[in-house]
Amino acid sequence: MSKKKSSEAYQKTFAFRFFRWFGGEKDPYLGELEMQPQDEYHVSEEAILRREKEHDAIMDKVYDAQHNKGLHLFHSLYEITSVLFCLFLIALLLVTVSYLPAVGTVTRPVNNEVAKRYIENGLEETGAVNIVAGMILDYRAFDTLGESHVLFVATITVLILLRLNKGQEDQNDRIFEPKNDAILQLVATFLVPIIIIFGIYIILNGHLGPGGGFSGGAVIGAGLVLYLNAFGFAKTERFFTEKTYKWVCFFSLSFYCLAKSYSFYTGANQLHSIIPKGTPGAILSSGLILPLNIAVGLVVACTIYAFYAMFRKGGF
Amino acid sequence: MNFICNFPFFSILLSLFSGTICSVLPAKAAKVVNRVVIAVVGLLSAVLLVYLVSVGEPFVYWMGHFPAPWGNEIRAGILEAGMALFFCIIMYLSMAGGAHKLYDEVDESKHNLYYILVNLLLSSLLALVYTNDMFTAYVFVEINTISACGLIMIRQVGRTIEAAVRYMIMSLLGSGLLLFGLCIMYDLTGHLLMSNIKESVGLLMANGEYQIPLIVSVALMCVGLCIKSALFPFHAWLPDAYGYSTVSSAAILSSLVSKGYIFLLIKIIYRVIGFRIFNSTRIIDVLFVFGLMGMIFGSISAIRENDIRRMIAFSSVAQIGYIYMGFGMGTQQGMVASVYHILSHAATKSLLFIAAIGLTEVSGGSRKFVDLTGAGYRNKWAGVAFTVGSLSMVGIPLFSGFISKLLFAQAAVQVEGKMLASLIVLGISTVLNAVYFMKTVIRIYTAAKDSPYEGISFGKMKIYAVTLLFFILLNVLLGVSSQPVVDLIERGLSMFA
Repeated sequence: MSKKKSSEAYQKTFAFRFFRWFGGEKDPYLGELEMQPQDEYHVSEEAILRREKEHDAIMDKVYDAQHNKGLHLFHSLYEITSVLFCLFLIALLLVTVSYLPAVGTVTRPVNNEVAKRYIENGLEETGAVNIVAGMILDYRAFDTLGESHVLFVATITVLILLRLNKGQEDQNDRIFEPKNDAILQLVATFLVPIIIIFGIYIILNGHLGPGGGFSGGAVIGAGLVLYLNAFGFAKTERFFTEKTYKWVCFFSLSFYCLAKSYSFYTGANQLHSIIPKGTPGAILSSGLILPLNIAVGLVVACTIYAFYAMFRKGGF
Repeated sequence: MNFICNFPFFSILLSLFSGTICSVLPAKAAKVVNRVVIAVVGLLSAVLLVYLVSVGEPFVYWMGHFPAPWGNEIRAGILEAGMALFFCIIMYLSMAGGAHKLYDEVDESKHNLYYILVNLLLSSLLALVYTNDMFTAYVFVEINTISACGLIMIRQVGRTIEAAVRYMIMSLLGSGLLLFGLCIMYDLTGHLLMSNIKESVGLLMANGEYQIPLIVSVALMCVGLCIKSALFPFHAWLPDAYGYSTVSSAAILSSLVSKGYIFLLIKIIYRVIGFRIFNSTRIIDVLFVFGLMGMIFGSISAIRENDIRRMIAFSSVAQIGYIYMGFGMGTQQGMVASVYHILSHAATKSLLFIAAIGLTEVSGGSRKFVDLTGAGYRNKWAGVAFTVGSLSMVGIPLFSGFISKLLFAQAAVQVEGKMLASLIVLGISTVLNAVYFMKTVIRIYTAAKDSPYEGISFGKMKIYAVTLLFFILLNVLLGVSSQPVVDLIERGLSMFA
């Protein structure tokens, strides 16, 4: 016979809580989860009236909307011509497409020596099993270098637009957001490590199979955003601040720039490059492609997280 | 291979890398890095130009271990090196002339972001100048567009945000059309490298295959680049973008960004489609007509303007019209005149923007003509510089504008069918230019009775005044010794073919 439990001890067990929840006696989230009902958006009547008055005054003063027949005519003409123009452009492009070489035929001009060499010699020349990775990070690495700087300059412009200036920090509205959602936190605890490991796998596997820095970085970034949503800025700030972002981006892009400069320089001057190709198929192979994938992945992950943080509170 | 052949690659990578470096530096250090990089790139381009003039042959440079159609490639000739040098000079002077204004208009914590944008803009301009691959050109067009947007937006007041949004929408439309054209071209030829596309296009034209998509592709690329460089009917984004951004941004945008796209168009005409094939299409007639319309309507809008910065901005529309008129003539002389006008307009327009800011500063920050009365006496350096810029724009001998008008007129005389229209519109446009520029010059040299504003002495604006001096010298240099420059342009264009 099993030992009898005291009712106090029983109340601490999982079974007690489960049956209580099952019987509908007590909601387990009541008292555990912080729930803030949002205030309804409220505008006083006066404010609405004032706004309408101002709007009318502006329309009257600037455009003289009621008597300005020219403006009225312009607006209707503008709408008609824009629709007509769009239709014209669509028709033009459709007609053009119908004259293009048929898809799937062997004689298409795009089936030429360029694609042939990528497919036939790609593995041997770049060491990457994934031909696409070999193309974007070795054959045409200059384009990809430009492309990663497109991301960089995009973050810089978002920083300009959304980062709060000094003295404006109290303007962010994250204080009004509900925190500590238990469901989200539980799910995030399971999902975030899996998502981030999957992202790392995509990056490290980029030269062996489908994947690469851009896609893997996006997955890691999504994992970070989920973590931030579940646990709030207080937790993420312990490992990811503006400084982290700055230095990670700096080191990744610098590494990318310098490594590729070396490779461009040796290539153009017909010098011997010291970067080994490795055995195709091994994880440490294909020369610079793996490290470059890691650099691109870091930049992309940080960029996605930074965009999200900027929109949420205008800073990290 | 000579070591100097590495210089185009060094310039692009140096300016790209300096953008990354500036992101971790404080504002003051970023400023130093920015100036040093522009100066170094200018120096490299100058050495490269001298080397190319002495060798007389363009060269291609592999970006990586693989030869052309498989890997990326850049190419340098006299025109490319000359453009890179000129862009660096204008950019350095624009940054120096507008530096003091940056502190008033941009939050201190965002200064290093400004320098990042300028460095990346420089690298994208250099890549557009040197590239020999259409897709590389597209990638750097993207960088150029986004950083130009940031340069407008960094001064965060209502009108600049609106201007940046407008610029972004129009500019992205242009990029999109360029990409469409590029995709169709790739589908027809199977290449992205400029010289290979040209070969295939020549074959397609000779065999009479795929005529319709070919013309559509060329037209889409032309329209895309026309939108981005503000040819007449697509200029709606321009006055606000140039008129309300910080002064360095306005000078850089008007004299470098739009010129970068025009230079790309020249490259496409010569190196992708082929000058003769391009001239056999009707597209040049369209460019010609819109160029002429821009010359007149841009000037009329400028005359109606009551804000000095917006007036200068509208004048850009007219000047871009001149450049496209030169394309539309379809002759070598017309093209030489257009390239010369790119230089002359870039030198003059940035001078005018920088000088105008000096005039408005001594008029209580107002840009209205009423307040500018007598500003030429209050800030003597800015007054003289503005006068020089105006004279050059109108086309008075001794300044660069005169030479470009002369070249356009000479080119027009040799074109059958387009001579009369070009000459008449050139005349009308000159008169209209004179109306609004001379109006402003007379206004700033009319003595103001009991003006509330105080003048400024040389001691308080040394860097600014020296910058203006260099701008004036550049203008006079282009105007007085134009023949060597024209010779270089002719040699550079013959290297393109």
